[in-house]
Amino acid sequence: MEFQFQFDWQAAIDSIPFLLKGIPYTLLISFGGLAIGFALGIFFGLLSINKKWFLRWPATAYIEIFRGTPILVQVLFIFYGLPDLIGSPIDPLAAGIAAIALNSGAYISEVVRGGVQSIDKGQSEAGLSLGLSRSQTFWSIVWPQAFRRMIPPLGNQAIVSIKDTSLFSVIGVGELVRQGQVYIANTFTAFEVYFVVAIMYLCITLSLSMLLRFVERRGLAST
Amino acid sequence: MTDIVSMQRLNKYFGDLHVLKDIDLTVKQGEVVVIIGASGSGKSTLIRCVNGLEEYESGELTVDGEKLAPKGGSQKALATIRKEVGMVFQQFNLFPHLTVQMNIMLAPMKVKEASKSAAAETAVRLLDRVGIGSQADKYPSQLSGGQQQRVAIARALAMEPRLMLFDEPTSALDPEMIGEVLDVMRKLAKEGMTMMVVTHEMGFAREVADRVIYIHEGQIVEEGKPEDVFDNPQNERTQSFLSRVLKH
Repeated sequence: MEFQFQFDWQAAIDSIPFLLKGIPYTLLISFGGLAIGFALGIFFGLLSINKKWFLRWPATAYIEIFRGTPILVQVLFIFYGLPDLIGSPIDPLAAGIAAIALNSGAYISEVVRGGVQSIDKGQSEAGLSLGLSRSQTFWSIVWPQAFRRMIPPLGNQAIVSIKDTSLFSVIGVGELVRQGQVYIANTFTAFEVYFVVAIMYLCITLSLSMLLRFVERRGLAST
Repeated sequence: MTDIVSMQRLNKYFGDLHVLKDIDLTVKQGEVVVIIGASGSGKSTLIRCVNGLEEYESGELTVDGEKLAPKGGSQKALATIRKEVGMVFQQFNLFPHLTVQMNIMLAPMKVKEASKSAAAETAVRLLDRVGIGSQADKYPSQLSGGQQQRVAIARALAMEPRLMLFDEPTSALDPEMIGEVLDVMRKLAKEGMTMMVVTHEMGFAREVADRVIYIHEGQIVEEGKPEDVFDNPQNERTQSFLSRVLKH
């Protein structure tokens, strides 16, 4: 007997409306998480280069813990573990956003640290010598330059985090992969559906890459 | 005349290295003091102490009437001092993300709370004064080294400083651009600006300085009018330094 696999285009097309319902969750977890992660990254990244050890040390601990453990373990810990501690269940969406936030925050801290440290010391010296305070010097001279250098690695992190949200199907958030699993359970069209799921991720990440390239080019034009 | 800078027995260390040894130095208002010496002699460190970019370990330092405490002491005076003291760096240190005009406007707006229009006007006036009025909207990277350094001078002048520090302002420049920067400095000196200049430009020192100071291994070993120091140096170290630098 000969086995012939046929890609069922109709099955692929039929799955699209159901899969699309997952996209808002994927985007919400990704960008909600990244927005908080960016704030965490600035906060801990700047702490990690502080001269005072008691500020630097907690930041380093945070960064090492969340970079050094798998994000899957982190989200399982938040979703299944934390409720034991706080005595009430956690919404899976919130758990997903928190996991992306904490995880990307650790990586973004390193991006922030690297970006700030890459700016020549002469820049701060020039600012200080003009009478600007330390914080004025940082925010109006060092940060804008550092931020520009941070755009490519930040874009990289955003793409990684978007893909990481696919792991959150395990806690039952109705994001893209979860939608795909549910759909396949009824139709048994795994090949077609995961193909469409992959294409949808690619659409999101490619649009982001293009946007970033555009931003980078505009940023570079003025230096 | 009043003293703008007064240093007494100032000592500075980098770890175990004793970079400034019992420096006694005063600079009077309107005076142009040029500091010469081999690289590593401590001359840059000396002027960087004046606006607190380097902290010193012991001694006394008064700048424009404000006492700047040694390392570990209160740095309150620093904010006042830095408003009154401008600095020009070897590497220009212009802000690459801002236009030439914004480079000059930033400090007056942030520190003196000048209005945007007033700061812009000052910037244009200063750019004209250093001879690059037409470059206001460019970014620093679009200018030549000499032009960048003149912008840096204009940027410092925008704060209307009582004292200007120059830390080897022409050392990073191509030879053909040194003259244009020295011209601006010469003009500034003529207008009565108090200046402390670290430089290897002996011609400039001879012509513009009221006083030349030779530093060797963190100590002032010779000090006097340029003609005395250059033509009749008393210390043998000064003699050997000058014979080396004046040969070419």
